[in-house]
Amino acid sequence: MSAVAAMIDVAMIVVDGLDVRFGEGAAAVHAVRDARFTVAPGEAFGIVGESGSGKSTVLRALTGLNPDWTGRVAIAGMAQVAHRPREFYKQVQMVFQDPYGSLHPRHTVDRILSEPIAIHGLDKADSRIERVLVDVGLGPDFRFRYPHQLSGGQRQRVAIARALVLEPRILLLDEPTSALDVSVQAEILNLLGRLRREHDLTYMLVTHNLAVVAHMCDRLAVMNQGRIVEEMTVAQLRAGAPREAYTRQLLRASIGYDRQAAEALKTFD
Amino acid sequence: MDRDKTLLSVEDLWVRFPGRTRTVEAVRGISFTVGREKLGIVGESGSGKSVTGRAILRLIQSPGEVAAKRLEFDGIDLARVDEATMRAIRGKRISMVMQDPKFSLNPVMTVGQQIAEAYLVHRKEPAAEARRKSLDMLAAVRIRNPERVYDLYPHEVSGGMGQRIMIAMMLIPDPDLMIADEPTSALDVTVQMQVLAILDDLVTKRGMGLIFISHDLNLVASFCDRVLIMYAGRIVETCRASALHEARHPYTRGLLQSLPRIDRPVGELQVLQRDPAWRDGPVMS
Repeated sequence: MSAVAAMIDVAMIVVDGLDVRFGEGAAAVHAVRDARFTVAPGEAFGIVGESGSGKSTVLRALTGLNPDWTGRVAIAGMAQVAHRPREFYKQVQMVFQDPYGSLHPRHTVDRILSEPIAIHGLDKADSRIERVLVDVGLGPDFRFRYPHQLSGGQRQRVAIARALVLEPRILLLDEPTSALDVSVQAEILNLLGRLRREHDLTYMLVTHNLAVVAHMCDRLAVMNQGRIVEEMTVAQLRAGAPREAYTRQLLRASIGYDRQAAEALKTFD
Repeated sequence: MDRDKTLLSVEDLWVRFPGRTRTVEAVRGISFTVGREKLGIVGESGSGKSVTGRAILRLIQSPGEVAAKRLEFDGIDLARVDEATMRAIRGKRISMVMQDPKFSLNPVMTVGQQIAEAYLVHRKEPAAEARRKSLDMLAAVRIRNPERVYDLYPHEVSGGMGQRIMIAMMLIPDPDLMIADEPTSALDVTVQMQVLAILDDLVTKRGMGLIFISHDLNLVASFCDRVLIMYAGRIVETCRASALHEARHPYTRGLLQSLPRIDRPVGELQVLQRDPAWRDGPVMS
């Protein structure tokens, strides 16, 4: 058996022929076109692309937030249908971009973390909350605070704790640090790296930031106009040798400003 | 065109926001000058960089207070002129581009009308002339089909195009100095590069002065001529942009080291350890 076949055999996430369309008739948008990739257990897989490339839509289809997709999605060997059973969310949790929008402003941290525990009927809520708060580096002092009493970085830690409290196997991360200052971003990326090692988690990270993906992931897919144009290892990205012209342009623009490079920019359809 | 001419000189600028229990000092006695160059101001949220930009244009609202020994623009003391004079300067001679076009454009006017309005506010010209000028300006910021875009409403344009429209609007009165507050942070990297090229040409070809406020150190290092690094309302370090990566202040160094890198793996990222002494420590240059 080839190495690739072996990986698919034990893959944590398999996406095959994924298509997502929005709207009808002339206003129809084909947001994701025939996406396919696999993610091994314990791996961190990134999707990068510009706005409108379809990267977040892939993640939302995976997590069941967008039921209008066709194709094959299997998580931990289980084929998924549009509506996910509760058990699915015990295994797959998501962290969103904006920690100011994703936490209920009138709920304390305690209530935010209690909710998933209650929904899934888990026992020992008290000790689970205490443990997860320590795990994300906040500690018990933060348990009865409201989101407005927390900084952006602390809020994102609460959002990560909410995902982690169910002890999932997969975390889906949608631009988890793009709303944060760089020094806070460093803290959150370090935290996510440590949690992945300690809890043997599988990550899917969606971002526009190539440096963040290079830091966090093992492999990545590059999306443009709904298509995955290229899949590569982070080592290939670091070597500055992407196969596709689109990826090379994205890489060049991510490094910094250059007058000549600005002149040479092209649109890829 | 005199390249070395100072356009704006700021001396001992303070901005305070009195509150019920304490006064927040957002900017604490900073001094700098801007010539016909790209001057970057970098720092994290709350460092005072945006407030500095707004204070220059006297856009700090009451109860906020601005005080400065000198706030001189082309021989005019901005801190002491009356509001009518200030209105004649704003937009016409010093303009400002904000971060998000979604919140800065009027949603019920076409973008063309808004650009034309920016022209007519400062000039008595026929409307047809304003329209022609606006179309020229849209072309100047590399909008491919100015005639079509002129009649679009802000919700009909993308973020990148919206930001170029904002820049067109700010450029039409031909300002001497532009204050751009995170003008490209909401844009994709390739669109960002195009917008920066427009600003770059304005500085190098028309001799405009640019204050470029940003949190992105790598971008500022590659785009600007000089950089001020702000922390807790003060400038803690100034340097040439090309030498930003050799910065000496522990805050600047800490920021640079906290960045993940594309070119090589860094293992654990360095977390910034803030030193209380930075608040009032010496300025490095």
